[in-house]
Amino acid sequence: MPIFFLGMASVSIFTTFGIAATLIVDAFRFFSEVPVGQVFSTNLAPLRAQPSFGILPLINATIIVTLIAMLVAIPIGLSAAIFLSQFASPRLRKVLKPVLEVLAGIPTIVYGFFAYSFVTPLLMKLIPDLGAKNALSPGIVMGIMIIPMVASLSEDAMNAVPIILKDGALALGSTKLEVAFRVIIPSAISGIIASFVLAVSRAIGETMIVTIASGSSKVLTFDIKQSMQTMTSYIVEFTSGDAASGTTGYYSLYAVALILFIFTLGMNLLAQYISKRFREEY
Amino acid sequence: MFTQRQPSIRKKASIGKLDLIEAAPKLNIEINRNRIARRLILNNSMRIVFLIATSLGIVILAILLYRIITDSIGWLNLDFLRGNLSIFPERAGIKGVIIGSVWLMLIVIPVTLVLGVSTAIYLEEYAAESRFQTLIKVNISNLASVPSVIFGLLGLAVFGRMLNLGSSILSGGLTLSLLVLPIIVVASQEAIKAVPGFLREASYAMGADKWMTVRKVVLPVALPGILTGSILAMSRAIGETAPLVVLGIPTLILRIPNSVMDDFTALPIQIYYWTLDTVLTREYANLAAATIVVLLAILFGMNAIAIIIRNKFETKF
Repeated sequence: MPIFFLGMASVSIFTTFGIAATLIVDAFRFFSEVPVGQVFSTNLAPLRAQPSFGILPLINATIIVTLIAMLVAIPIGLSAAIFLSQFASPRLRKVLKPVLEVLAGIPTIVYGFFAYSFVTPLLMKLIPDLGAKNALSPGIVMGIMIIPMVASLSEDAMNAVPIILKDGALALGSTKLEVAFRVIIPSAISGIIASFVLAVSRAIGETMIVTIASGSSKVLTFDIKQSMQTMTSYIVEFTSGDAASGTTGYYSLYAVALILFIFTLGMNLLAQYISKRFREEY
Repeated sequence: MFTQRQPSIRKKASIGKLDLIEAAPKLNIEINRNRIARRLILNNSMRIVFLIATSLGIVILAILLYRIITDSIGWLNLDFLRGNLSIFPERAGIKGVIIGSVWLMLIVIPVTLVLGVSTAIYLEEYAAESRFQTLIKVNISNLASVPSVIFGLLGLAVFGRMLNLGSSILSGGLTLSLLVLPIIVVASQEAIKAVPGFLREASYAMGADKWMTVRKVVLPVALPGILTGSILAMSRAIGETAPLVVLGIPTLILRIPNSVMDDFTALPIQIYYWTLDTVLTREYANLAAATIVVLLAILFGMNAIAIIIRNKFETKF
């Protein structure tokens, strides 16, 4: 029996190796066919007769959408975490927590539909020259999607602060707000920052919302009213049949996926490092 | 003397008062009172700000549900659930789509349960505190953070191309299984860890060996936790779109799948294609909304079952 279980447990290791091998082999073919100077250029036109594979527009779009998402998710998520861990009565907490869990459990495709058919038309009324596909709307919706993640991870970090510190500060006459900002947050800062890093990683890898609502414009732009294509939606566009297997265009998506994989893996390792390295032990 | 020192905790308040301290203890109290009032006002107003931020979740959830349900009214009916896919919105139904999702789950459930629970048993019962355990733990937490679209590429390369399964149900199911494996492993580990040590010791004392202890004592006690985790993993799998799109599920399939080697479409995929095609046909938005209602109903149902299991069967020691 132990050998059977060992075999089953190894599947997760094989999965990691499988991912790494798949991405590296095909990405290597891409990098051997396309000069490095072109890869790090701003010219992305994979389907032209003279294709060009500059990856910067994709990275730029990914960063912009992630930034918008973080501007939504971090302030609201952190506020929710402070409220749930410091202010909310147990009864109120019992209502609010499950709602956040439901929000976290809604499939991303539903958020994509919501962004495209509700948030974008709504924003168009406020910003008349907003495109039907744009970076702003998926960014906001992605932020909403990530709120529960930031809230629950930060709340866990705050709840892990020993109650004696909180009670001590309250006994000295601090208000709950002062306790939150001068005692709880400084003590839980490693966990809170780790939750931000994981949120960034989640936003970078998010696929369906941007594929549906942000479109596939490959022009490098900083204008969030315009369509732009992130790394993830490039992968989706190319696997849904635009490039024949074996062409450079086909291998390019593995190169993009490899960069995406390295980004998210790096973020995850960084989060683990932060929460370990800067943890306050009591 | 002692009472007069207190305000000097704060520099701002103490500097101007240094010469007043001896002369007017009364003034001192006045300043203190004002400051306490200010702090309380700040505390209460921030409390409201935080409450609003937290309630935003409820507001957004309500808008989202309201919007989707109103869009689906008139479209979501028995004919829609029983009908076959069609390019004409009035005639389209999602029977085949639901069957496709069910087929997927029939693959994902056994595969992830066997893989996930075995991994958890190995980690907690056989390899506790070993270096291999640390390796797998780190590996699983990293796997959990890999974007789902990359699992799609893995599935495309390994199941689709190498094993030549194409975009069949088997291929999609196995891909989704790997994707949700970390969830089941972590949930099962927690459940097994929560089984108290004295139960195991009692079992050993009665002469049972390790495998018998695991099978007859640990697993039955950990079962509710494992089931809850599995249902949550299933609800993740059933809504997952990106890996299936990457596998290359065809846009419109009119035939209903009847074996694991058949091509298929599933609820999230159909939502995706209908949403994309609203540019061509407006009514597709309603079809997408109606399909979302079906998907969310299944999800909420699964979550409700998970909560019931957790509350009903959880044993406290």
